[in-house]
Amino acid sequence: MAESVLLIGTSKGVMVGHSDQHRRSWDLRPLELMMSEVYGVGIDLRRPVPRLFAGATSEHWGPSLFHSDDLGRTWKEPEAAPVAFPKETGTSLIRVWQVQPATDKEPDVVYAGVEPHALFRSEDGGETFSLVEGLYNHPHRAEWVPGGGGACLHTVVPHPDDPERMLVALSAGGVYRTEDGGKSWEAANQGIQSYWMPEEQRFPEFGQCVHKLGMHPSRPERLLAQNHFGVYRSDDYGHSWQAIEAGLPSNFGFTVLVHPHQPDTAFLFPLQADVERMPPDRRCRVYRTRDGGDSWEPLSNGLPQSGYHAVVLRDGFSADSGEPAGLYFGTRDGEVYQSLNDGDSWDLVASHLPPVLTVRAAYLA
Amino acid sequence: MSASLHLPAALRPSAGGEAVLPLSAPTLGVALDELGTTHPQLARRIRDEQGRVRRHIRIYVEDTDIAQLGGLETRLDRGVRVYVIPAVSGG
Repeated sequence: MAESVLLIGTSKGVMVGHSDQHRRSWDLRPLELMMSEVYGVGIDLRRPVPRLFAGATSEHWGPSLFHSDDLGRTWKEPEAAPVAFPKETGTSLIRVWQVQPATDKEPDVVYAGVEPHALFRSEDGGETFSLVEGLYNHPHRAEWVPGGGGACLHTVVPHPDDPERMLVALSAGGVYRTEDGGKSWEAANQGIQSYWMPEEQRFPEFGQCVHKLGMHPSRPERLLAQNHFGVYRSDDYGHSWQAIEAGLPSNFGFTVLVHPHQPDTAFLFPLQADVERMPPDRRCRVYRTRDGGDSWEPLSNGLPQSGYHAVVLRDGFSADSGEPAGLYFGTRDGEVYQSLNDGDSWDLVASHLPPVLTVRAAYLA
Repeated sequence: MSASLHLPAALRPSAGGEAVLPLSAPTLGVALDELGTTHPQLARRIRDEQGRVRRHIRIYVEDTDIAQLGGLETRLDRGVRVYVIPAVSGG
């Protein structure tokens, strides 16, 4: 019988939920990795038993990357630091923001996006990682600045067909693309606005504050981006971007999720503004496009519709690959919602958790 | 008798359950370097990969913060006790 897994990273640890193929109810385990901020979680489905990851940072004992090979029942940490900067960089890891398995073509490769701005690559399934020096030594690096959440490389998007190609996104530096397996990187932000710059400098080569990228593996040339003010689409693998904001109440937010089965369908959780990080009208609403971002519609069935102030962070929205797909988002007020009908209605899966920082889900056939 | 490293409860799982470990290096820094070989997980709880003591940790030699001594250059005389103290912080 199929099993489903829900991985919830919070500000005080990680929580794992298990369900069957119907996903109508979840058995939520106690919080693990207690009192660690878990910004990055990941699920590697390429192994006989999927490997779960949790990038956890203790204020006292520092950051690490844990993994579980029994679907979250126990967690392990390599004896040697799984992610650490080389001595000669003089840099120390602050936290792991993103754990992203590569594609089936590289079954043991896992990427980690970290703070301060850097990308790491593992070739042993995520137990030891090496710094991707091509990006770390990029000449733009000195001009990248921290976003509000930190100097983070928060998004890694491997190309589904070509291991040499990959995109990363960092705050605040923008989108970068490699076509040679990480040896060299070029900024990929043409058309994305940095609204805070003087008017004649609002479309720089880099420095944009991208919050999240989305891609469907069947259409890798098309990308969606939620920026710090601005929702964009690229149809040429990031060579150019166009704003896609018709029907949105605001162009600010953190997350974007592409539907796992429908490349033209995607979801946002708009917020009013950076100085008002709350949903417009204080209504909890997801916005959905069915046409690649040309238009958006609000979804609110089952969601609180008054006095709502919570935020969904950049990795707080995820999907599994079941049929129907399960959609999940977690909020900073400690709730997790689920939809099994493409967002038409939502059900509360968990509440009263610590602030939710990230969510991942998997449907295990 | 060599010096000894006294661990708070939160760090003992990284030391095989031990509350106290022997130290036999001439200075604290060298002792922590050696700990990186014998107990790498424990060592990186105390210092980051650049050798900097984590900011919410204090290390005392007997009753004195190493900040008032020689920092990581503090000499470890025979028999001295070294304490790792997690800061009481947060809210």
